[in-house]
Amino acid sequence: MSLLEVSELEAGYGDVMIVRGTSMYVEPGEIVTIIGPNGAGKSTLLKAIFGMITVSRGTIRFKDGDVTGFPAHRLVEMGAAFVPQTDNVFPRLSIRENLEMGAFRRKSGVNERIEELLARFPDLGSRPNEQAGRLSGGQRQTLAMSRALMLDPTLLLVDEPTAALSPAARQDLFRQIEAIRDTGVAILMVEQNAREALEISDRGYVLVNGAVALEDRAADMLDNDEIGRMFLGRTEASS
Amino acid sequence: MDLAQLMVVGLVVGSVIGLGAMGLTLTFGILKFANFAHGDMMTLGMFVAFAVVGNAGITGPTLEPFSIPAGLILGMLAAGTAVALLAASIDRLVYRRLRRRGSALITMAIASLGMAIMIRAVVQLIWGPLPARYAGGINPSWNIEGIRIKPDQLLIIVLTLVLAVALYFLLYRTRLGKAMRATADNPQLADVAGIDTERIRLATWAIAGFLIAVAGVMFALQAQLRFDAGFEFLLPMFAAVILGGIGNPWGALAGGLIVGISQETSTYWIPSGFKAGVPFMLLIVMLIVRPRGLFGSTF
Repeated sequence: MSLLEVSELEAGYGDVMIVRGTSMYVEPGEIVTIIGPNGAGKSTLLKAIFGMITVSRGTIRFKDGDVTGFPAHRLVEMGAAFVPQTDNVFPRLSIRENLEMGAFRRKSGVNERIEELLARFPDLGSRPNEQAGRLSGGQRQTLAMSRALMLDPTLLLVDEPTAALSPAARQDLFRQIEAIRDTGVAILMVEQNAREALEISDRGYVLVNGAVALEDRAADMLDNDEIGRMFLGRTEASS
Repeated sequence: MDLAQLMVVGLVVGSVIGLGAMGLTLTFGILKFANFAHGDMMTLGMFVAFAVVGNAGITGPTLEPFSIPAGLILGMLAAGTAVALLAASIDRLVYRRLRRRGSALITMAIASLGMAIMIRAVVQLIWGPLPARYAGGINPSWNIEGIRIKPDQLLIIVLTLVLAVALYFLLYRTRLGKAMRATADNPQLADVAGIDTERIRLATWAIAGFLIAVAGVMFALQAQLRFDAGFEFLLPMFAAVILGGIGNPWGALAGGLIVGISQETSTYWIPSGFKAGVPFMLLIVMLIVRPRGLFGSTF
């Protein structure tokens, strides 16, 4: 049984359906990347899974239970976490307080977990009392990711983590995501930098017009000429 | 009265305004709308305490050197609890429904105006339109270096500072307080992080309700209780909130003191009948010159 299983999902804003019959799954411990053109409904899909948008049809199953329409905090309790694309830290709270908020649902071992994460990410660990609003883009993403890891989730949803980052910071972030996967966390990621994302992924989905247009092993997607032309920046001349 | 004496009065009035404004700015920062019922919640607080010392007659001995009967401590706690519960219930019954429906913030502000009118009407219904007092005794002033101050007035200033420090500890040292700041900062992310933001909102209302009820009782210590007394504080409190920066409790306290002192000292130069216009002036000038407040809208 998959860790996360989405079937025939329809969701959107008001009467406008953005996600139109998407089905997909994530197995424990794998990295799955969703790519697709702008407006395909990639971010909306993540928000719908995480209970931030009303689902009008279809089901979402997590850890074998039906979680369709669950509010975010209940999914957090069950071991899922979400890192939004923007506004993903509390700017007026310190780094340490941001991490504490990630552990709001946790009763014990909060400080130990904070120390563990601060030690893992020296950028944050060197100044835990700094206001999060003063961090650079890359550091913010690291903090946002760390906040999501506070509760030891089994599934992490990440929305375009590298969107505003420099190429160097992007590389760092993909290394971090791999490292998180290596601790046994499954990751479902929406990403514009498709090639780099697929290189660290196990599987991928191409989302077009709110539905899955293609689903394959990440390695095969990297070799797929059509995907290469559309999303990986491969030129016609090379094919 | 000389200017120094007016400063003392201003400090006392400013403390009451500041105490109320701290709660008002908390709800403004976290709920994102202006609660026009704040003044009438203050009136309700005054009268719930009156219900204990006046209607029920639980007075006990007078607590020297203050003019207040011992029963008023009970009255104040009852007022704080009652208004906290009321504020939280109103959120459950009214504002939460509007939030779930995705109502505009202006809709919620107008709804709060409706609640204000209802609360005032209920106060009139229960306690009538006539003014009342907690205790009949006089409170002789102390003379400190030529400045007269009543023990009751000193109590108001000290209690305000104590509550401000307590609020600081709540917001910066407790899990609930940090979650309140997080919810003010970014409510969506607070949801995603696993914070039950609806419970945080309820707690915010309860805290604001408690503070405004205490402010009401403090004010009524040295004035008459009237059904519209709290409403008259609404504008000075909003002026204090804007002055201090929306969502910033320390700013609200400082803003309250500024409003109180400038309002009272203005009577040195202008007829006292015009002093109620001073907070208006401050509000207008602030909104034009520095709408983010003197201290910025940050916790």
